[in-house]
Amino acid sequence: MFNLHKTPRLFAGTWCGILLASIPLVGAAEQAGHYGYGESATDEQIAAWDIDIRPDGMGLPEGSGTVDEGMSVYEAQCASCHGAFGEGMERYPKLAGGDDSLAEDRPEKTVGSYWPYASTLWDYIHRTMPFFAPQSLSDDQVYALTAYVLNLNYIVDGDFVANRETLPKVVMPNQDGFTWEDPRPVVSNERCMKDCKDEVNVADSAAGKDLTPSTTGPLDEGIME
Amino acid sequence: MPHCVSADCPERASKEEETNMFGKLRQLHRDLTKIALAESDRLPAAERRRFLRSGLFTAGGAMVGGALAGVAPKALAATQYPPGIPPWTRSLGPGVVTDPYGLPSPFEKEVIRRNVPWLTADKISSISFTPLQHLKGIITPNGLFFERHHAGRPEIDPQQHRLMIHGLVERPIILSMEDLQRFPSVSQINFIECPANGGMEWRGAQLNSLQFLHGMVSCAEWTGVRLSTLLQEVGIKTEGKWLLAEGADGAAMTRSIPLEKALDDVIVAYAQNGEALRREQGYPVRLVVPGWEGNTHVKWLRRLEVGDKPWMQREETSKYTDLMPDGTAHGFTWVMDAKSVITSPCPEMPLQDKGIHQIEGLAWSGRGKVKTVDVSVDGGRNWQQAQLREPVMSKSLTRFALEWKWEGNPALLQSRVIDETGYVQPTLAQLRQVRGSNSIYHKNSIQTWQVNADGSVVNVQLA
Repeated sequence: MFNLHKTPRLFAGTWCGILLASIPLVGAAEQAGHYGYGESATDEQIAAWDIDIRPDGMGLPEGSGTVDEGMSVYEAQCASCHGAFGEGMERYPKLAGGDDSLAEDRPEKTVGSYWPYASTLWDYIHRTMPFFAPQSLSDDQVYALTAYVLNLNYIVDGDFVANRETLPKVVMPNQDGFTWEDPRPVVSNERCMKDCKDEVNVADSAAGKDLTPSTTGPLDEGIME
Repeated sequence: MPHCVSADCPERASKEEETNMFGKLRQLHRDLTKIALAESDRLPAAERRRFLRSGLFTAGGAMVGGALAGVAPKALAATQYPPGIPPWTRSLGPGVVTDPYGLPSPFEKEVIRRNVPWLTADKISSISFTPLQHLKGIITPNGLFFERHHAGRPEIDPQQHRLMIHGLVERPIILSMEDLQRFPSVSQINFIECPANGGMEWRGAQLNSLQFLHGMVSCAEWTGVRLSTLLQEVGIKTEGKWLLAEGADGAAMTRSIPLEKALDDVIVAYAQNGEALRREQGYPVRLVVPGWEGNTHVKWLRRLEVGDKPWMQREETSKYTDLMPDGTAHGFTWVMDAKSVITSPCPEMPLQDKGIHQIEGLAWSGRGKVKTVDVSVDGGRNWQQAQLREPVMSKSLTRFALEWKWEGNPALLQSRVIDETGYVQPTLAQLRQVRGSNSIYHKNSIQTWQVNADGSVVNVQLA
């Protein structure tokens, strides 16, 4: 199998070379691909599905929303899981707080303390929220909720109006808190084989901690689909 | 197999227990008759009547009983083991297509994915774990492949499903599943591991189970179209540097992937171990991004967009970034570092007898092939090189084994993998020293199993 998969790859690579070489001659960007399968995507089709938003604002639609408008949407749609002040209910995510906690023993990663870009908030609310009815909010409601959650985190004032111009300008507190180059391997071991250490001490054991669900019998909750 | 530790072993049953055995067997027979009757419910009516008339189900009951976990096998030896002739040798079983889609034996009913209820707010956005302790070889059966859903498992009609490829391309297209399967296909065996595998153990030993500690890794043969084939078909514009993959589920899960990787070994996969993807694995189509963290292998794939910058989506900023002790975080840490774990013995598979055992386990690396696995039985003081079981493939699970004579003494078992880049799997102490205890993801440190004198096995962490 591992030899097999190289065949189409080589083939595709060769073909790609031919295509690249032929572009200047043909000069036809609209030309069908080599296989020509499927249908061309129309602008309307692309617009309906292309919902991603980038930090520079690319993808943000028309519309706007205020902090106050966001509060009423939030109370109706969000507070039951995320808490009235974004504090998070049960194990649902906390949205606000945790300022300057990232280096502490128990960091709180929230929109305000951790998220590097405001655009992500609009994007994520729009594509997934509310949890039980994803993609049911209007663009204006998403703008309003974004403004409200930013305000919960004291990142924007109460009179902030979120729209495609204002949102990309919002600077998140932790924007510079990330490195986007993988530094690994930051940790590696040595291959020692004999007398590698003087003593071996067990520091912690899972024995006696009542945290492990049953690994035999039916599922712990007695639910088997 | 049953847990059988010291006094619980049937061989060591007391006299009193043996005298009770006959009563137990009768009870067992009644229970098994019930099971046989229930099983016969699945037969077509005519076949069921014949089955019940034949009385074979009573013999079948005894047959079922012998292999049932926890029942003293030696007590039943008279009817099943040599010189006895077992009932299944003297009877007929159900015919072909009794199960048009075959199912595991009922005796394997405990070999299932399991979840940790306290881990997530609900089961819609949650995870289940593969029972690594029960698996053989390197391929994870499709029904046991670990699950990670962010908005539950969608039910997608493949006829209605479309994959859109657009953005900085010459020819944006929409493909049906039929279209997709006309392209040249490739198959390759790759593991998928959630980068949070083992992430509950950064601060200390919590869970006493191989399944829950390491079961967010699985491995399958994936078949589909190489992503490079599709990208060549649409023609990437010169500014194109990144790819966004998006799912069709209620989370519309997204990840940004650099084109360099997208054009390397990524597959748009529609099949898993020879059959269509399971719904839990992204039916009808998903991304397979060999060696990279599981979250990038976007399931229920509906859209691929080429762009000139990453999109900084929630799953690559708020989540799947590694918080360091100084409060900064590392993002775009896609590759799964080399890791290994001993799968037998383990907390679920304790040692039952002194004598010769095969210490077995699994090793893998997101950077290529496993080169070497060493095993220690004294907590890492001394190591022996284990044997790698063929096949050894890049970005795939690899099985290793080492023969070990257990004298009944306490031991501390560890495995340590070295991949083909020369990277040596670190200890937990080494990992913590650099990464602290709050990075959640990419905990690939050496696992220590403490073997007690009674053969039981416990998850421990060394200083």
